[in-house]
Amino acid sequence: MYPDNYRYTKEHEWVHVEAGAGTVGITDHAQHELGDIVYVELPKLGAKVEQGKAFAVVESVKAASDIYAPVTGEVIAINEALTNAPETLNADPHVGGWIAKIKLSVPEEVDRLLSPSDYQAYLGAE
Amino acid sequence: MTEPATPLKKTPLNAVHREMGAKMVDFGGWDMPVEYSGVIAEHNAVRRGVGLFDVSHMGEIEISGPQALELTQYVTTNDASKLKFGQAQYSCLLYEHGGFVDDILVHRVSDHVFFLCVNASNQDKDFEHILKTAQAKRFDAMIEDAGPRLAQLAIQGPLATEVLRKLTSSDLAAVKRYHFTDGKVSGAEARIARTGYTGEDGWEIYVEPNEAERLWREILEAGREQGIIACGLGARNTLRMESAMPLYGHEIDATITPWEADLAWIVKLDKGDFQGRDALVKQKEKGITRKLIGFEVTGRGIARDGYEVFQNGAAAGWVTSGGPAPTLNKNIGMCYLPVNEAVPGRAIDVMVRGRAVEAVTVPLPFYKRAR
Repeated sequence: MYPDNYRYTKEHEWVHVEAGAGTVGITDHAQHELGDIVYVELPKLGAKVEQGKAFAVVESVKAASDIYAPVTGEVIAINEALTNAPETLNADPHVGGWIAKIKLSVPEEVDRLLSPSDYQAYLGAE
Repeated sequence: MTEPATPLKKTPLNAVHREMGAKMVDFGGWDMPVEYSGVIAEHNAVRRGVGLFDVSHMGEIEISGPQALELTQYVTTNDASKLKFGQAQYSCLLYEHGGFVDDILVHRVSDHVFFLCVNASNQDKDFEHILKTAQAKRFDAMIEDAGPRLAQLAIQGPLATEVLRKLTSSDLAAVKRYHFTDGKVSGAEARIARTGYTGEDGWEIYVEPNEAERLWREILEAGREQGIIACGLGARNTLRMESAMPLYGHEIDATITPWEADLAWIVKLDKGDFQGRDALVKQKEKGITRKLIGFEVTGRGIARDGYEVFQNGAAAGWVTSGGPAPTLNKNIGMCYLPVNEAVPGRAIDVMVRGRAVEAVTVPLPFYKRAR
C-alpha cells in the first residue's frame, strides 16, 4: 500500500526523492478521508515552496483542503493531467496522482520525514 | 484528535453506521455519517434510483390541546388552518424582528394535534421558543419535545415508493406529496410522510428508536433489486443545494427574513397575527435591500459557503452554500446580493482564496425533477 522508497508526513503527503528532486503527492489515507476529489489547484512552475507550508489545494465535493509541501525547494514539474482528471487522486494517489516535482534545496529535511512503517504506525494511532 | 467538550449525540443507528464503514463527522453536535460509498455515488443513487438516510438527528415537536391550532398559527408564518388531517406544509418560526428561528415542516395530525419536524441543531431552541410564546400569550396547548421518542429514516428517489411498498400495507398511492399517513412499516408503528430534502419523490418515516435498526436493515434488504444504498449527510447537502432548499445557518438565520430568503410563498400575512408579522409588514413597505439568488461558476474554481462575492471590483454579498452539483456537472452556489442585482444573468466574481472567479447569477432552483 505505502511504497517503501517514499517518505511521509503527518499531514498525509508523500515524497519520492530521486536525483535531488522529490515527486510529491497525497497518501491513500488522505484521498480516502477527503472523498470524491473534484478539483486540484496546482502550484506554479518555478514557485518556491517551503516544508510544512501550503503549496496546492485539493477540493472534494465537501470541502477545500490545503496540501502542505513535504520538502523545501523549487517546483520543476506539475501534473497538469490532474486539472481535467482530479479523480486520479482517488484512484491512484501514489503514482498517477503525483502533484508536483520539487528540486530539493534542503535535502536533509527528508531524513526527518516518516518511513512507511512509521507512517502506518501513526495512522493506526491517529 | 482532541475530545470534544461535550460528548457528541448519537442516533439509534450510530453503531450500524460504523459497522457499515461510514465516515462519521460532528454535525451540529451529532455524530453523523457523512458518506458511505462516496458522495457522488450516493447523490446519483437518489436522483436515479433510491437511497436511504438516517435523519434521526432531526427534532420533532408536538403541539396538542384545545388551542393547538391557534398556537401553531401564532408561531409559524404559513397558514396551518389550511391543512387537512394528514397534510404537511413547509413553514418557519420567526422572531418578533422578522429573522428566522428555524424552518420547519408542520404536519396536521388531527383537529388538536400538530407535529413539527425541525432542524437538529435548533430543536432545543425551537422548543423553548414555542414554549415561552405559549406561556406569554397564555395559549391552552401542550408542547412536547418528541425528538427523544422518535427516530427518522428517509427513503428518497424515484424508486423509493417501490421499495417502501414492500414493507407496508398502507396505501402509498393515496398519499400525495406533502401528505402523510400513520401505519406500519415492517410491523413497526410509523408515521409515513411523503416529504424530503432531496428534490426527489420519497418518504420520511418516523418510528420508535428501538425499531430503527431493524427497519434500516429491512429497508436496505427490500430495496436490493432497486439498487438502494445508504446515503450520508454529504449527499443530502448536494441534493438539497441543487433543489435550492434552504439550510439553517446558511441561507437563513436570525439576521435574515423570509422576503430576503425568497420564501415569501410560506408567509401568509392575511391569516391573522403571528410572531414577526409586524416586522415583515414594515420591511415589505420599506423594501428589502438584499436577496438570495443562485449562481453558476463559469471560471475555474469552486465557490464555498462564506466566500465573498464581488461585482465590478466591490464587495456585493456572500456565498451561503456552494460546491459541485453532481447532477448538473457544474459548480453552483447561492448568495445574497443587493436586491437589484439579485436577478438572473448578472456577472459576479466569487473570491476563491484571494482570486476572483467568474460566475453568473441564475434562477433558483438549479434542478427540478420531471413529474
